[in-house]
Amino acid sequence: MARNRGFVVGFAALICAALLSISAAASIRPISDAHRSAALELFVPVDGSFPSLEETYEALRTFQILGVGKTSDISGATCPVVLDKLRSSTSSPKEFFNALRLIGILGCQIGSQTFENVASHLQALIKDADSLMDLYYSVISLLHIKGQGVSAVLSDAEGVFHSIKALSQSDGRWRYDSNNAESSTYAAGIALEALASVVSLADAEVDQSKIGIVKHDIEKLFDSIKSYDDGTLYFDEKHVDGSEYKGPLTTTASVVRGVTAFAAVAGKLNIPGDKMLGLAKFFLSIGVPGSTKDLFHQIDALSCLESNRISIPLILSLPATVLSLTSKDQLKVEVTTVFGSAAPPLTVNLVQASSYDKNTPVLENQELQFDTENNIHYLDILPLKIDVGMYTLEFEISLHDPENLNIYATGGRTNALAFLTGTIKVDKAQIGVFDSDAESAATMQKLDLSQDNRISLAANHLQRMRLTFQLVTPLGHNFKPHQVFLKLRHESKVEHIFALESSARQFKIILDFLGLVEKFYYLSGRYEIELAIGDAAMENSFLRVLGYIDLDLPEPPEKASRPPPQPVDPYSRFGPKPEISHIFRSPEKRPPKELSFAFLALTLVPLVGFLIGLLRLGVNFKGFPSSSVPALFSILFHAGIAAVLLLYGLFWLKLDLFTTLKALGLLGVFLIFVGHRTLSHHASTSAKLKTN
Amino acid sequence: DINPCASLWRRRRREGAAGVHLRSLVSDSGKQELIMAKSNASDAQALVRSLRSAYAATPTNLKIIDLYVVFAIATAIIQVVYMGIVGSFPFNSFLSGVLSCVGTAVLAVCLRIQVNKENKEFKDLPPERAFADFVLCNLVLHLVIMNFLG
Repeated sequence: MARNRGFVVGFAALICAALLSISAAASIRPISDAHRSAALELFVPVDGSFPSLEETYEALRTFQILGVGKTSDISGATCPVVLDKLRSSTSSPKEFFNALRLIGILGCQIGSQTFENVASHLQALIKDADSLMDLYYSVISLLHIKGQGVSAVLSDAEGVFHSIKALSQSDGRWRYDSNNAESSTYAAGIALEALASVVSLADAEVDQSKIGIVKHDIEKLFDSIKSYDDGTLYFDEKHVDGSEYKGPLTTTASVVRGVTAFAAVAGKLNIPGDKMLGLAKFFLSIGVPGSTKDLFHQIDALSCLESNRISIPLILSLPATVLSLTSKDQLKVEVTTVFGSAAPPLTVNLVQASSYDKNTPVLENQELQFDTENNIHYLDILPLKIDVGMYTLEFEISLHDPENLNIYATGGRTNALAFLTGTIKVDKAQIGVFDSDAESAATMQKLDLSQDNRISLAANHLQRMRLTFQLVTPLGHNFKPHQVFLKLRHESKVEHIFALESSARQFKIILDFLGLVEKFYYLSGRYEIELAIGDAAMENSFLRVLGYIDLDLPEPPEKASRPPPQPVDPYSRFGPKPEISHIFRSPEKRPPKELSFAFLALTLVPLVGFLIGLLRLGVNFKGFPSSSVPALFSILFHAGIAAVLLLYGLFWLKLDLFTTLKALGLLGVFLIFVGHRTLSHHASTSAKLKTN
Repeated sequence: DINPCASLWRRRRREGAAGVHLRSLVSDSGKQELIMAKSNASDAQALVRSLRSAYAATPTNLKIIDLYVVFAIATAIIQVVYMGIVGSFPFNSFLSGVLSCVGTAVLAVCLRIQVNKENKEFKDLPPERAFADFVLCNLVLHLVIMNFLG
């Protein structure tokens, strides 16, 4: 069963993957609460502060734009660091920059005297600066100081402007410094932001011709814009392997910051609104980024786009792309700024809705109505009599106030993909078995495919089985789903899958068992019949058991292929194994105890007979030596032999061989010595007797 | 003379035993002949009596050794009869028991040969030495037997 579901799910996933790769499908949504919660999850301070001032700024700026988070708990640990950086005389422009841009957000209490010192310090740095980054940091820092209410004026604004401009290239990019020949798009964004700050810091107005030249540079920069298939636009470096390469997101964000900042001070730029919209779509198409830097760049760039002086992009998005005919859904469209704020009064027109497969238009020029309460444009599709399926929708936005055309970018025609789903009626289902030559006379059983059936059929290899049914959409048309499969599963879990053919009127399958005998591996028996019908637009896709069929197939010949082995649950090998019952050797039959004891006594009888015989023979101890020393040795000799015999007894009862051998060695040495003495004494006495 | 029967018969002829009818077949080739006694029951009895009297002449120490051998063999026979009744499990115990008896009997026979004064081969061997060998061999035999007994 799991395999079936996996099969169906896999197929559905394949369809989805195919859909997502389709160009012109706009599944873009404006910044939502998903971004807010992601920001809170990603930007997590460690012990009340972030690792560096740069990261602190990224976190706090993101929170500020999104309107989440609290800065009060960060400021406690960070403000002293900021103050320290500002007071130090050895801080670099970058450190001033990182410290100063935090002040506005954190709200640290810093005296104006400190600011003035820093300002004069920065002025000196600007005079000496030669690289783009140093100029950038110094100028922006000075701008932030001005933002705190302290007077900060750039004395030689024209000179600074000129030195920044000197680093520009003909294609609109900028170099980092005069030594470096490499030009970078990211640097262009930095430079534009710096130039904008110079203009706003200048005490006297900067020459308009110079500003015009920079506007021209911006236009050239926009010529190098790149695009993806789905209509999003972005900036990237010319050479990907440069030492200072930052990805498209960072580069595009930098350019957007620079361009919007410059437009704020310089007035109207000659950039078409479509490009701003493309850039906005680029940032929104990322979705919710997974890293802090990506999220910061996305949110920061979008906040620049939200209210910029070139054109504010308006995003058209569909909150729901799957509409159900059964639940009478309406087609809903949202038009908002990138952050979801309200757009100016406008009308959305559905220019065309065409079926995705056949590309034939089903709807044309439908104006959507506006719901002021929910800020949504909607269209009732039910009265329009559109059938289920997948559709490409083309929308056009028309602003009510023609003045707004200069301010907002609506982007002409926008495409979206939508599904219309409904309940498909399965009609006139019939199944039956018939002989090969008697098709018309077949008796068919009716099936109700809205629930599981339990029909039972029987067939032999000379017959055929037929299944027919009709699929009808809610509007009464014939429906052709993506998946229509019939599965026969044998008792031994061997499965066979068949696809059904569809004619104009109905779906039909005829299984000719004569031709299928070999495919079925000659397995006779009960086969379970399952029918699977599924489609993305079908709300009641199903996998149903129809019943079973008992097939009688002939015997397999010698060379027939065996059915494939069925997969075993891979974890079954880790289950408990069958218990092994040990068969112990049955113990030998032992004789009854009485018999054994009787023979034990009987064995001792010869010993008694021996002793009696010895007495009869008249043994005596006359040969025993009389004098003390030889007598002692004799006694020891006999004692030694007795000890050895005792040792043997102990060996049999409990000792092991090695202990016994050790003891025997000792006793043996003793016995040899003693025995030698005794026997030699005995020999000498008997020799004396003989000679005597 | 090695053949004890022949010396016995010579002695009986010398002593003039009566009532024995001999029919002996002596071949010219000089082979050892079977002496066939066409005798009645009294012949066997007379034979046993003479054997007994001849045996009585053997020295006491040899008689002790003979008695020891008989004791050992009798024990062995009883063990074999027991095995015949109850079966040979455990076989190692049976073997060690029987071999102990048989082994000690064999060693006793060797001792008898060495100690027997009529045996000219071992004339120069002192009987104590033979006895020491007997004891030593018995101890070694019984160590092995005890190990094998189980």
